[in-house]
Amino acid sequence: MGIAVDQLLIQTVNGIVTGMILALVSSGLTLIFGIIDVVNFAHGELFMLGAYVGVLTLAVTGNFWLALISASVLIGLLGAAIYLATLRPLIGRDPLTTILATFGISLVLQNYALWQFGPVSRKIAEPIGGQFTLFYLEYPWYRVAVALLSAAIIGGFWLFLKFGTWGIWIRATTQDRVMAQAMGIPVPWVLTGVFAIGSGMAAASGVLFAPFGGVDPTMGLNWILRAFIVVVVGGMGSLGGSIAAAIFISLLEAYASLWVSPSQAVIVSFVVLIVTLLIRPTGLFVATPK
Amino acid sequence: MTGVGVPARGVPEAAAALLAVDRIHTYYGKSHILHGVSLEVGRGEVVGLLGRNGVGKSTTLKAIAGIVHPSEGDIRFEGRSITRLPSHRLARLGIGYVPEDRRIFPLLTVLENLRVGLNRHGVDKARKARLIDKAYTYFPVLAERRNQSGGTLSGGEQQMLAIARAMMLEPKIILLDEPTEGLMPRMVSQIREIIHVLHREEVAVLLVEQNVPLTLEASRRVYFIEKGEVRHHAMASELHVNDAVIHQYLGV
Repeated sequence: MGIAVDQLLIQTVNGIVTGMILALVSSGLTLIFGIIDVVNFAHGELFMLGAYVGVLTLAVTGNFWLALISASVLIGLLGAAIYLATLRPLIGRDPLTTILATFGISLVLQNYALWQFGPVSRKIAEPIGGQFTLFYLEYPWYRVAVALLSAAIIGGFWLFLKFGTWGIWIRATTQDRVMAQAMGIPVPWVLTGVFAIGSGMAAASGVLFAPFGGVDPTMGLNWILRAFIVVVVGGMGSLGGSIAAAIFISLLEAYASLWVSPSQAVIVSFVVLIVTLLIRPTGLFVATPK
Repeated sequence: MTGVGVPARGVPEAAAALLAVDRIHTYYGKSHILHGVSLEVGRGEVVGLLGRNGVGKSTTLKAIAGIVHPSEGDIRFEGRSITRLPSHRLARLGIGYVPEDRRIFPLLTVLENLRVGLNRHGVDKARKARLIDKAYTYFPVLAERRNQSGGTLSGGEQQMLAIARAMMLEPKIILLDEPTEGLMPRMVSQIREIIHVLHREEVAVLLVEQNVPLTLEASRRVYFIEKGEVRHHAMASELHVNDAVIHQYLGV
C-alpha cells in the first residue's frame, strides 16, 4: 500500500500542531518537576479547569483572548494556593507523599468540575475562522494559530528564564536550592511562583485546545497521560527535551494514523515510552549524563 | 555579655559584638553535632575558628548562615535574635556565606552568579554596576570569564567567584569555610590578600581554616573547637604555629 506525498505532508502539519499544544501542556509539568521536584498528577485537572474558566469568561465577555488570559491568571493563582496549602508543608518528606497529595488534588478538582459543570461537553467556537487548502483538505487557520501561540508562550517563558531577574533566581534555585537561599533568594516564594506559572501554562493550553475537542471534566486525562510520556521521553525536567519529545511523539502518532486508526496510533507513544525506559531512562532528548 | 563559654585571661571581648553565638546545640538526625558553641565577632573583626576535621566548625558556620537551625541556644546579629530566621533573610541582613565546597551555580555564567545577590531592595542600577566593577577589580580573572558558566572555572577561580558572590550582598560579615582547601600556593596568597581587603573595608570575617599560619596571620582572635564545643580562645598575636595549644587541638 503506497502512501501519497500529500498525505504525508498533511500528517506532518497535524503532528507539529498537536505537538506544540502537547509541548505547552508538558512544559508546565516539566517545569514543576524540574524545579520543585514535584510530580504533579493534578496537571491535567488544571488544564481542564483552565478550559472551563475560558468557557465561562467567553460566555460573559465574548472575547477569546481575554478568556485565555483570565484562565491563565486565575488558574495560576489557584496553583499557588494549592502549592501553599498542600505541597509546601510536605517539603523534605518522602516524595511519595507529594505524589499522593497531587493525586488527591486531581480527584478533588475533577469531581468538583463534575458537580459544578456536569458531564456534558461544552463546545466553543474557534476564535479565528477560515481555512486554507492543503491539497484535498480544508485546513483550519486556527490550528496553525494555536501552534504559533504555543510556541510564543514557551518562547516567552524561555526568554523570561534566560534574561529576567526572576529567571536567574529560578535557575539558581534549580541548581542549588540551599545556596540560592543563602544568597538572599526567597526560595519558598520562587517555588510557589514556579508552581503558579506551570499551572497557568496548563490553563492556557486547556483554553487553546477547547475549540478542538470541547470541554468536559475528564478532558485532562487524555492529555496528562501523553504529557507524562513526553516528560519521561524528553528527559525528566528538561524544557528543551520536552518540546522535542512532544513534537517527536505527535509526529509519530500522526504518521502511524496513516495506517491504523488514530486511537490505535496512541500505542506508538507507549512503545516509545517503553523503549526509552529500557534503553535510555534519562530521556531521549538530553545530553548523556556523565 | 557572657556569651563566650571559655573566658581566656587577657583576651579582650569583641568590641560591640556584631555577631554573638550563645550556647547553640545542633543535631544531624540523631547525632549531636554542636554541644553549646559560643563565640563572638566584633564589627570589622577577623576571627579564626580552628579545630580538627569533623568537630563542628562547618556546622557552626551553617547555623549562623541559617542553613541548619540550632535546637537550643541563641544567635544574635546586631543585637537581635536571628536563630529562627530563614537563610534568605539573613543574607539580606548582611551575612555572606562562602561554603567549603564553594557551591557555585554551575550552569549560570560568572556574571549571573554575581547578579544572584544583587536584586535586593534599594539597590539601584548604578550601585549594582559599582559592586560588579569592584568584584572585577579585586578578581580580574572573573572579568575575563564573565560570560563563561561557573561550572567551567578551576577550583581557585570558583573560590574567587564564591567570595565575590558573597560580597555582592554588601555583607557586614562573611563566613569563610576553608577557602584555601585544595588550592595552589599562589591562590592561597590571593585568598590571604582578599581577607585583608575585606578587613580594610570593615567587613567582619569568621574564618574556618586548616591552614594555621594563614589563620594566625589574618585573624585578631582565634577560637579552638573540639567535639562540638569551644575549648580555648586566644589573641592570634599571642599564638605561634608550634605552640602546645595548637598541637593540643590540631595535632594529628
